[in-house]
Amino acid sequence: MVVFEKPKSLTDAPLHYCPGCTHGIVHRLVAEAMDALDVQGKTIGVAPVGCAVMAYNYFDCDMVEAAHGRAPAVATGLKRALPDNIIFTYQGDGDLASIGMAEIVHAATRNENITIIFINNAIYGMTGGQMAPTTLPGQVTQTSPYGRDIHAAGYPIRVSEMLSTLEGPEYIARVTVNSVKNIRTAKKAIQKAFENQVQGKGFSLIEVLSTCPTNWGMTPQKALEWVDTAMIPYYPLGVFKDRSTGKEEG
Amino acid sequence: MAEVVLMKGNEAIAEAALRAGCRHYFGYPITPQTEIAAYMAKRMPKVGGVFLQAESEIAAINMVYGVAGTGHRVMTSSSSPGVSLKQEGISYIVGADLPCLIVNIQRGGPGLGGIQPAQSDYFQATKGGGHGDYRLLVLAPASVQEMADLTVQAFDLADQYRIPVMLLADGTMGQMMEPVTFREVTVRQTEKPWAVTGTGMRRAPNIINSLYLNPEELERKNVERFERYRQIEQDETLYESYLMEDAEYCIVAFGIAARVAKNAINAAREKGLRVGMIRPITLWPFPVKPLRAAAEKVRAFVSVELSMGQMIEDVRLAVECRRPVVLCNRSGGMIPTPEQVLATIEKLAGGDL
Repeated sequence: MVVFEKPKSLTDAPLHYCPGCTHGIVHRLVAEAMDALDVQGKTIGVAPVGCAVMAYNYFDCDMVEAAHGRAPAVATGLKRALPDNIIFTYQGDGDLASIGMAEIVHAATRNENITIIFINNAIYGMTGGQMAPTTLPGQVTQTSPYGRDIHAAGYPIRVSEMLSTLEGPEYIARVTVNSVKNIRTAKKAIQKAFENQVQGKGFSLIEVLSTCPTNWGMTPQKALEWVDTAMIPYYPLGVFKDRSTGKEEG
Repeated sequence: MAEVVLMKGNEAIAEAALRAGCRHYFGYPITPQTEIAAYMAKRMPKVGGVFLQAESEIAAINMVYGVAGTGHRVMTSSSSPGVSLKQEGISYIVGADLPCLIVNIQRGGPGLGGIQPAQSDYFQATKGGGHGDYRLLVLAPASVQEMADLTVQAFDLADQYRIPVMLLADGTMGQMMEPVTFREVTVRQTEKPWAVTGTGMRRAPNIINSLYLNPEELERKNVERFERYRQIEQDETLYESYLMEDAEYCIVAFGIAARVAKNAINAAREKGLRVGMIRPITLWPFPVKPLRAAAEKVRAFVSVELSMGQMIEDVRLAVECRRPVVLCNRSGGMIPTPEQVLATIEKLAGGDL
């Protein structure tokens, strides 16, 4: 009896992510959702610019590599041309919440029938650890060497809360993957975000609080704890919008 | 029997695109090209197509990138400042070898510039425009009829060579009304085995991508693309030759400038001056061969442009300095008059230039 196997929607390519990075877990959850809904053959994923830039090597489905921040616009084009296909984007916080803020807001307000996986690890990973729009107040990064100064750099953006103020979106939730329990919740949320698209319900975004041990300068274990002690207090977990249950905002 | 209708240039582009099988349009309002978006907004829902007013020019070109990846015919249109914003996306579309149509109904620049006609995006259109090693195939219509015809041709060329094609006109061309005939179009079907459509579990995944971290691979992709460009230069260069048989002076002009120049040529002929014109219809590939041939016969060239002189550099390159090349121009939204062009020719003939 097989008790554990690789999801069919992942390729055999070895992931290039750093030890302790949670991208691998999230990739797996996305692939599991594709498997569960049996949509691998009609899914087209959109990879971002950032650490997940080569996600097209990992998801075993048609893929498009987008310019930095533009994945929701690219996904809009894909979905409008192929309304019966399943379209998802996989974007980091610099990609989605900084350079691509306009694209995500407008895709949300149009209620594009697409699925967005938003990785929030409070830092720019690929370029070596610069301040992100989600970097916490006081957090030290390469470009906030004395800690994020809210007077100079402003406050981190709570994307899920902000997008939930829009009429458009169907489903917005924030999850994390720093424990088995949290991974189970994340898995359900990601699956629902794909299911919503299959059912034609519209825009679903799952924000996943993730770790970046390398650029946070922590051990993987410490990084998982930091999600609990530093990130969740600023970025509370939960469902922020779910039209199917009538839940709006907050 | 094809019917003749009176139409604005912008509307003719939109109608021709629909007839060429384009069912996806993404744009953002900007003068003087907004009639294209308005026409598409009206017509697309009636023909089962997609019109979407994007949140920005940047989003619009990235939506184009998405649709182009699926293999469907797709276009966007804008005017100069908006086309600058699209450059990032255009570079990605080139890098991923995708076909699409980009229309630029130019206005005066730089910056916000003005809203009057110009040809000052010539450099941007013909030399690449965005980052990286590339060209666009650039079509420059000089009548509303040509705007319609070249739009249809643009989609075929884009599909054939897997490149974005730019239709480069100006505010005058976009706004003016002329009779136009829409001929029966047979939409050319091109096999697109590279398109992302979902694998259907029947084939390996297709990946639309412009990232090549291995420099040898990236160089190989660029060299391969430039081999296609060589083919385009060889097979797709278009130009009109006007009264060149006995010409002593050769005007080079495209789009609206060529129409002004024609008036000047006719006036010059009445005065006994033997003037002709080579009108590039493709700005890239530039009609180098006919210009080089003309350099053997004529005394001088006049580049007539609605810019501070951009195409003139390509004219000089084409004639390899064998003959003088002078500029006759206006900029910033001003249009040269036939009198100005005629005066330039008379000066040349009189040895004053």
